[in-house]
Amino acid sequence: METKDMKELKVSAIKQGTVIDHIPAQSLFKVISILELQKMDTQITIGYNFESKSMGQKGIIKLADKFPSQKDLNKIALFAPEAKINIIRNYKVVEKDLVQVPDTIEGIVKCMNPKCITNHECVKTKFTVIEKKKVTLKCKYCEKITDQEHFEMK
Amino acid sequence: MKNKSLVSIHDYSKKDYLRIMDLAEEFEKNPKKYGRLLSGKVIATLFFEPSTRTRLSFESAVQRLGGKIIGFTDAGSSSVSKGETVKDTIKTVSQYSDLIVMRHPIEGSVRWASEISDVPIVNAGDGANQHPTQCLLDLYTIRQTQKKLNNLTITMVGDLKYGRTVHSLIQAMSYFSPTFHFVSPQELKMPNEYKIFLKEKNIMFEEHKDLNEVMKKSDIVYITRVQKERFSDPIEYEKVKNAFVLKNDMIEGTKSNLKILHPLPRVNEIDQDVDSNQKAYYFKQAHNGVFTRMAIISSILGLK
Ligand SMILES: [Zn+2]
Repeated sequence: METKDMKELKVSAIKQGTVIDHIPAQSLFKVISILELQKMDTQITIGYNFESKSMGQKGIIKLADKFPSQKDLNKIALFAPEAKINIIRNYKVVEKDLVQVPDTIEGIVKCMNPKCITNHECVKTKFTVIEKKKVTLKCKYCEKITDQEHFEMK
Repeated sequence: MKNKSLVSIHDYSKKDYLRIMDLAEEFEKNPKKYGRLLSGKVIATLFFEPSTRTRLSFESAVQRLGGKIIGFTDAGSSSVSKGETVKDTIKTVSQYSDLIVMRHPIEGSVRWASEISDVPIVNAGDGANQHPTQCLLDLYTIRQTQKKLNNLTITMVGDLKYGRTVHSLIQAMSYFSPTFHFVSPQELKMPNEYKIFLKEKNIMFEEHKDLNEVMKKSDIVYITRVQKERFSDPIEYEKVKNAFVLKNDMIEGTKSNLKILHPLPRVNEIDQDVDSNQKAYYFKQAHNGVFTRMAIISSILGLK
């Protein structure tokens, strides 16, 4: 049986910052890239293939001293719809939140229509989210649908 | 509508449709009165792929209102073939003109252009996506022939899967409580997303395999081209190609107000003998394109 201390060893606690938990393991690296963690200058702990009762294997990200805006965090909802956001102050979780699928999405994913202008010229994709449960996007340009099964990073 | 690009039929409301139709009617009734409405204005027609019929219709519309035209047709004759992007072409041409009419084979390219351009853009077709002026001229023609738009029975025939004109028309007509009949080969049936749209709006529709079943019920029969390339199996095409051809004897016994429409160009889906039938209306429909485009251009420029 795992003790609390052993867990602490695996992922060190942060004094203050943001913990993003319950990221599907297969989406962890997409989430890292969406949040542009490579550009951050603080201490970041990334856990990959952690065991999770509810999701099998999960990923976890701890950002010391960083509090990304809800708007930025919501961008990961496309790939990690069940992600939990924990705000830590003085080693304590002071706020818990779920990510929310936004109404519109810019960049992040490609339009799945190969004839779309966004796949031909340097044009940032823009989508309206027309269904949030099973996330479905409508391209602002070609007006075609891109669904969850076809999300590909732009 | 002033200074607002027309890229998609969804850019206009029901009120906008009605306004454009009223204005088109005014231009049709008083052709001489507006010969100088666009004087001093330069309209650019940028046809990145050729479409002679559409281009001439737009250019005729501009000329009739006394405007000037610059532009190119077919990317082969322009800097586009030298690798210039849509962005650079549009940014440049929007310095030379007051309004741009644009056709381009890539879907969404006209929306993109409208974000870059300093002047409003009218979409003259972006690949399989949108062709809103065709839709507005269809609406105008339906209203003209039926003296109303509400509660009509409209039969759509041919390629209902890829035909963008029928998809736009369904959406535009949805404001006017229509009943639809869809007649198409199995492979080219109306896509589900449009059927869902109609159900949500409580609009009646039925699907048929034989045009004869619905000819006598229809106020409008809207025929589109069935293209061989659309069939995965060429034998399938050979089997169905004649099942969706309108012949003169099929028009016998139909309603007196029935009109036959077609976005043109036609290949063989309407027999030549139908042309002289007084219910054939597709050439007049094409003519209406000029008045509708006059209305769209002058209203975007804020002149009417
Ligand atoms: Zn697209």
